[in-house]
Amino acid sequence: MSNTLLDDLYKEIILDHYRQPRNKGELTDSTCSANGANPLCGDEIQLQVTVTDDLIEQIAFTGAGCSISQAASSMMTEYAHGRSVSDALAGVTSFQEMMTTGIPSQANGFDDIDALTGVAKFPARVKCASLSWKTLEQALDGNSTATTE
Amino acid sequence: MTIDNHSAPYSLDIAKIRRDFPILKREVQDGKPLVYLDNAATSQTPVQVIAEITRFYRDHNANIHRGVHTLSIEATELHENARKKIAHFFNAPDANECIFTRGTTESINLVAHAWGRQHLQKGDRVVITEIEHHSNIVPWQILRDEIGIELRYIPMSPDGSLDMDYAADIISDNTKLVAVTAMSNALGNITEISPIVELAKKVGALVLLDGAQSAPHLKTDLQLLDIDFFACSAHKMLGPTGIGLLWAKMDHLNTMRPFMGGGDMILTVSMESSTWADIPAKFEAGTPNIAGAIAFGAACDYLVDIGMNNIRDHERQITQYALNKLEKIERVQIFGPLDSDKRGGVISFNVDGIHPHDVGQVLDSNGVAIRTGHHCAQPIMLALNIPATARASFYLYNTEAEVDKLAESLNTVIEYFG
Repeated sequence: MSNTLLDDLYKEIILDHYRQPRNKGELTDSTCSANGANPLCGDEIQLQVTVTDDLIEQIAFTGAGCSISQAASSMMTEYAHGRSVSDALAGVTSFQEMMTTGIPSQANGFDDIDALTGVAKFPARVKCASLSWKTLEQALDGNSTATTE
Repeated sequence: MTIDNHSAPYSLDIAKIRRDFPILKREVQDGKPLVYLDNAATSQTPVQVIAEITRFYRDHNANIHRGVHTLSIEATELHENARKKIAHFFNAPDANECIFTRGTTESINLVAHAWGRQHLQKGDRVVITEIEHHSNIVPWQILRDEIGIELRYIPMSPDGSLDMDYAADIISDNTKLVAVTAMSNALGNITEISPIVELAKKVGALVLLDGAQSAPHLKTDLQLLDIDFFACSAHKMLGPTGIGLLWAKMDHLNTMRPFMGGGDMILTVSMESSTWADIPAKFEAGTPNIAGAIAFGAACDYLVDIGMNNIRDHERQITQYALNKLEKIERVQIFGPLDSDKRGGVISFNVDGIHPHDVGQVLDSNGVAIRTGHHCAQPIMLALNIPATARASFYLYNTEAEVDKLAESLNTVIEYFG
């Protein structure tokens, strides 16, 4: 099917992360975690992170939801893995900027994530894409729940 | 509300009806004709109703119930005439029992506030159901937390119908109110009202009927129903947003305290105290939505002209057509009964392995508007153990060709996400 606007939203790389999510599962030991939910859509994510010496050594998520929320979660964990806490939090800011401006981020490591730029054109879906990033922020800040409502 | 399943052939001229709704000519998504299947959320508005709103602001705009000038008198007359039309539409015994509100949500909150706070005490029971819209859950939860009433739910069976044995158990001597929806907005199930009314009357409980979803689609006869409170919204029945109805028996309205204080609802005000105006003014503080009320009346006129039984016939036919069509799509799971006699024109469904949001998004790209989510009825989603559904809902202007477009687009969804 050819539909430019739709293809803009559902880029192949997004569908790839949706079908084969990276870092999906549970950690046996984590230093921080948070649950995120979009109550209106039914998107949810449980995020676990292991931080050692300020580095995100392990990160994993479980959850259910639309393709955008699940693909964004997968991409976010790929980005955060191996980064410092402050780097990861900078990523949260870069992602939020991307959703506000609709311009691909120049941030280091955002290559796949830039595919989500198209989501900015669909205001109803921005919260789907943002959920995992908000949850990461909550986990790293030591809070246990996040919501984008 | 009466369910009239007579099978006489109906003769609705759908093409003619569609010409009354300018928005149905709209194109969306780069030239795709709009297929509007989100009528359970809000209905579209015919030119006859839009014209009344325009006419009011152009020719008669003034505040009502005050002032001796011509425009104020005209506006008052139009407003009160609308109340009469609405009373007639629902066969209310007295137009003064019809209170204008902002919609169903405000109507139910009004009952919780003005009747509940006065008549309910700690330990009294209010019975609602698992299939309620949030607007008929949350006001009672607030009251429970405030005054300690007991809130019990009649559970739903897997097909969405109510468990009446359970209802008989929990509608007990301390039950003071049974508040139920006449039609589920999430699944479309039509509630069998009379057994519930019977159970309530046996223990002396009052009955509130949430008619938000039923009023637009099924003939409602308030004198036949033998209930105490009825709530609905104009915007789901061809009227504008921001106006709705609370009907209650005169005796209840007379013993209820005002909902809000202000202008119009008083008889006299001194520095120390005030006395209340008679109904309906007692419950309509402040300048009301005058144009909205007039347009609500015009929407009732339109529905009367078409005939509620004709509308029901058309919807039953198109719903059955859609049920048959969707059932044939392998990965589509339909919630609620598969018999269109037991449901209104609402079909909740999911496509296996594809989130409703993604379904709705691809449908929108084909011009097909449906609702996705929990439909403000989270307890139903919990009972079905699903986070959300996709929902297509029909009205008098929808066609079988539009259902075909829905089915065709669902195949596109499956193709797209694999």
